[in-house]
Amino acid sequence: MTHAIDVRDLHKHFGNNEVLKGIDFTVEPGQVVCVIGPSGSGKSTLLRCVNLLETPTRGRVFVEGVEITDPDVDIDAVRRRIGMVFQQFNLFPHMSALQNVMIAQQRVLKRGRKEAEVVARENLEKVGVGAKCDARPAQLSGGQQQRVAIARALAMNPDLMLFDEPTSALDPELVGDVLTVMRKLAEEGMTMLVVTHEMGFARDVADRVVFMDGGVIVEDGPPSQVIGDPQHERTRAFLRRVLHPEG
Amino acid sequence: MADQPRTAEARPAPRGSGLSPRKKQRISRSIQYALLVAAVVAFFFYADWPSLAQNFAKLDVAEKALPDLFTIALKNTIVYAVGGFAVSFVFGLLLALMRLSSVKPYRWIAIVYIEIFRGLPALLIFLMITFLPLALPGFEVPGGTYGQGILGLGLVGSAYMAEVFRAGLQAVPKGQTEAARSLGMSSGRALVTVVIPQAIRMVIPPTTNQFVALLKDSSLVLFLGVSAEYVELAKFGNDLASQYANATPIMVAGVTYLIVTIPLGYLATRLEKR
Repeated sequence: MTHAIDVRDLHKHFGNNEVLKGIDFTVEPGQVVCVIGPSGSGKSTLLRCVNLLETPTRGRVFVEGVEITDPDVDIDAVRRRIGMVFQQFNLFPHMSALQNVMIAQQRVLKRGRKEAEVVARENLEKVGVGAKCDARPAQLSGGQQQRVAIARALAMNPDLMLFDEPTSALDPELVGDVLTVMRKLAEEGMTMLVVTHEMGFARDVADRVVFMDGGVIVEDGPPSQVIGDPQHERTRAFLRRVLHPEG
Repeated sequence: MADQPRTAEARPAPRGSGLSPRKKQRISRSIQYALLVAAVVAFFFYADWPSLAQNFAKLDVAEKALPDLFTIALKNTIVYAVGGFAVSFVFGLLLALMRLSSVKPYRWIAIVYIEIFRGLPALLIFLMITFLPLALPGFEVPGGTYGQGILGLGLVGSAYMAEVFRAGLQAVPKGQTEAARSLGMSSGRALVTVVIPQAIRMVIPPTTNQFVALLKDSSLVLFLGVSAEYVELAKFGNDLASQYANATPIMVAGVTYLIVTIPLGYLATRLEKR
């Protein structure tokens, strides 16, 4: 069976700073994989290498069997099948919520206006912001903005979704709404790679949890193991800090 | 009294050279007012009012300016300014995109153009335009005097607009491009759909100021050697002033500029606040 994501010996340098020091891992279709780890551990860079927002310095990345690190690959075509959700939402501020969800359907998938609007409304409804179609991003709360961003990605009918710390920029009381939407997606069988600090979400929803530190994968396994019974001291130290911040 | 804590004791304010700061300030302000009053009185006393009125505000000469002041001169000023602005807008955006291009020669061309045309006086550009037919025999700028004026203003304005657009394009967060690209848009598509519309919104206030600058620079059309139908405000005022040996038409032209430029200035300020 083809892996949804297959990363082999991935290295990434920013100048002299080696952020990823040889990453090997795979995500199977329908799996939800959460990547956890301290800040600066390279987890966001890893995620961004999967849709080539960062160009790997060395190594290969395959998405559904297509090598995206091949210089001849049509990266726009590959990205169409990969939804991406950012920490800072990155909605287009000059468009309404509805237009945000329609624009790539029209310009990239060449859907007609009517069809794009129907799909957009469906997806906005699905993430619980159907009533906010005409609002500009600036008029929405962070949680609503992030859900519009999820709808924008879903409207492209992606085969897999990447989430880059989707709740880290949110006020605590708004985190739940976004996580609920992500849970629903996971239950529907969406393939998801999620960089997150939400240990509860990782424990409940993920099929696998990957713990990264210092540019390498330290531990990779089911949440019951990586979070429930970590084998490595570095993982244990990290979890202690995250789960009991006040010691 | 004796058992009161010493720290609570009120101490006199420290005194420097005798005068308190407040008193010094009051004296300084009085001097400034006195100077102002003296200057105004002197101006009123020494100015030759009848002569000033005769030369700068002669009503019957001002009347001669109508209606051509509006129907020809102001109209042409606006034609030159709007035309020059349109050219600056398009080429300025193009130059800004070249300036930020990953293709080095494009960057060089844009930098050289911007440095030259921002560094030269606009007057020099207009003088060069009058010599174009000499350099290129048989060549004529399309649109006659309108074309020449718009070309001159466009050449200068493009350089300034390029810098304005560059600032606007760079102010659009990188995440916007990343979001567009991760939806499968090509880099060109992302630029047109996501980045440029936001950049244009951001540069509207400085762009309004640029339009005011072009409106004023349109007075340089004076140096193109203009026939009566193409005359703009400055030349119109100057010609009438020569004809009547009186400066009133220049004042009238000046007021007409202000009628347009002051509201535009306020508009730019209001747009900036939004």
